[in-house]
Amino acid sequence: MSNLPDLPPAAPEPDPWASLRAFTAARIALGRTGASVPLHEALAFKLAHAHARDAVYSVLDTERLLAELATLGLPLHQVSSRAQNRQEYLQRPDHGRQLAEESKAHLVADAECDVAIVLADGLSATAINAHAVPLLGLLLPELRATGLHLGPLVLAEQARVALGDEIGHLLRARLVLVLIGERPGLSAPDSLGAYFTYGPRPGLTDEARNCVSNIRSAGLPYAAAAAKLSWLLREALRRQLSGVALKDQADLLTE
Amino acid sequence: MYRHTIGQRAYVFNDLKTLLARATPLRSGDVLAGVAAATYEERVAAQYALADVPLRTFLHEPLVPYEQDEVTRLILDTHDAAAFAPIAHFTVGQLRDYLVSDAADATALHALAPGLTPEMVAAVSKLLRNQELIAVARRVEVITRFRNTLGLRGHLATRLQPNHPTDDLRGIAASLVDGLLYGSGDAVLGINPATDNPKAVSDLLYMLDAVREQYAIPTQSCVLCHVTTSLQLIEQGVPVDLTFQSIGGTEATNTSFGINLGLLQEAHEATLSLGRGTLGQDVMYFETGQGSSLSANAHHGLDQQTCEARAYAVARRFRPLLVNTVVGFIGPEYLYDGKQIIRAALEDHFCGKLLGLPMGVDVCYTNHAEADQDDMDTLLTLLGVAGCNYIMGIPGADDIMLGYQSTSFHDALYVRQVLGLRPAPEFEAWLAQQGIFSAQGQLLPAASARLLGQLPPALR
Repeated sequence: MSNLPDLPPAAPEPDPWASLRAFTAARIALGRTGASVPLHEALAFKLAHAHARDAVYSVLDTERLLAELATLGLPLHQVSSRAQNRQEYLQRPDHGRQLAEESKAHLVADAECDVAIVLADGLSATAINAHAVPLLGLLLPELRATGLHLGPLVLAEQARVALGDEIGHLLRARLVLVLIGERPGLSAPDSLGAYFTYGPRPGLTDEARNCVSNIRSAGLPYAAAAAKLSWLLREALRRQLSGVALKDQADLLTE
Repeated sequence: MYRHTIGQRAYVFNDLKTLLARATPLRSGDVLAGVAAATYEERVAAQYALADVPLRTFLHEPLVPYEQDEVTRLILDTHDAAAFAPIAHFTVGQLRDYLVSDAADATALHALAPGLTPEMVAAVSKLLRNQELIAVARRVEVITRFRNTLGLRGHLATRLQPNHPTDDLRGIAASLVDGLLYGSGDAVLGINPATDNPKAVSDLLYMLDAVREQYAIPTQSCVLCHVTTSLQLIEQGVPVDLTFQSIGGTEATNTSFGINLGLLQEAHEATLSLGRGTLGQDVMYFETGQGSSLSANAHHGLDQQTCEARAYAVARRFRPLLVNTVVGFIGPEYLYDGKQIIRAALEDHFCGKLLGLPMGVDVCYTNHAEADQDDMDTLLTLLGVAGCNYIMGIPGADDIMLGYQSTSFHDALYVRQVLGLRPAPEFEAWLAQQGIFSAQGQLLPAASARLLGQLPPALR
């Protein structure tokens, strides 16, 4: 027995500057064994990446979402983009920005509306599954209170942000709001983004839109997001614009 | 018109850019752009045809018209005919056979660099396997200096990248100290700011400069803001060591970045005027990446790897200290998976080195790419073998500001250990003096570091 080599400690110590972790969410003071991070840190990283990967491949919980959205008192539609699966969605962003032919027939408008709202899976259906209904529960009453005429809610699969422009155009909406799952980060696989375009039509690009991002419990909370969106949407409709011009104005107001 | 026949099938390629695009190893960005070969056979047919193209063709048949594009004008107007003379009679295929031969040693390749255009280098890279991209690049030594010596054979430097989502000074200082205590930061202490606000950038520059001065670290600092912001700060007397800019391979790409060659020239001169380098005056830092031209709708029908190589013509005009491709940052619609990211990184490193650039690589990926840390370990090891000048150092490989994964401080320890690579000599001496590394270049137990007893003011 006495000839056995000394074993390393079962778990390497954290670095002596671990107190600096209070200043940042970065993965500092991880400690090490040789050139490697301790196993518990390696697994923590893998788990965060696994959550992000699972979010990219997550799907809309359509049955539950339709049931819960039905209680909000607006017509519901379900559509898909031209991207037929996740592989195509990831490699062909252009397909994710166009409606599938069969989806166009669903979107026929008898009259104009002020705001149409799209719920899009984007890069994290998990975000829509978790946050879309609670956010709308706060946002819709605020929009209704200001007398806006709300169009239908549209649940969109394999969808990029710009798909909302085609949807809004077909629905004759003055403004389209797209709630979409953002690209998952290691710390947040379920972050929801809200993009809106005034005068939506196919072919618009990013500078025509505004965005409120990082909507989730540990990010921008529902109530704050709903208040911000409701103000921005009313401003966009009143001034008949969105994009860079509106952003500049909003920045001036908040400074 | 270019042709190649395989069996009964005659393949015709209408022009040089189409031939280059069809000959490019498969990647999602070229498919998205509609320029990729339709079949595996067509790709090889294009490679056969490309091998027979005389190198002189690239001087006479610009891929983007001379009148329309200042990058084309830069490439052709600065081409060194004397350096080109020894290979002027070569085809692309003959250049390939020469590059992999024993005759193409460090001296020969160094002399050849000004005679090569990005298009020639991009073309030949399409005929090389990964091992050849590595073997040829490994022979090229590109040395640059500011406060230390980067790019020496047998050395691998790291950019310490202590980003924070809100540019919080204490948060950044905490990551900075963490990196220094792991031996990172000889290439540069470089922050991607969350905003391009001049005041915020200035605060970061003063903080970095104070830390560097406090510990007398033989390295340089940089906040990676837009070149116009740097120009403004230089005018105000803010301590700017290096001026940074993202660049692309066509004039229209650069327009989308809000820059042109004249602006870069102005920034280069302004930065030089500060005279802050002690060992050398290489003062520019450029980042590039395949896909940026397509993303800006500015690719003129070129494949993304050829566009990328053209960006290196812009870089070499301004004698940069550092150039790195941010290879996996752009996403799966340009480089789909680990295989495509690894190939692209080796191409970029090879092309940059042959053109005479101090190439580093941000070994990285996003969460929607089909890649993970194992792919990055593979790429990191390959780049270490290929003689890459520097990689990134990020706490735990997780950039909490940019939301992507790159290489960690630990990863640098690994690759230096397995390949016997060392930090920049001046920085290595500093690490030993600080009790961070041993005289043999091994990381010492954390408690021995002198820096721990004298943390920067922001952290006390």
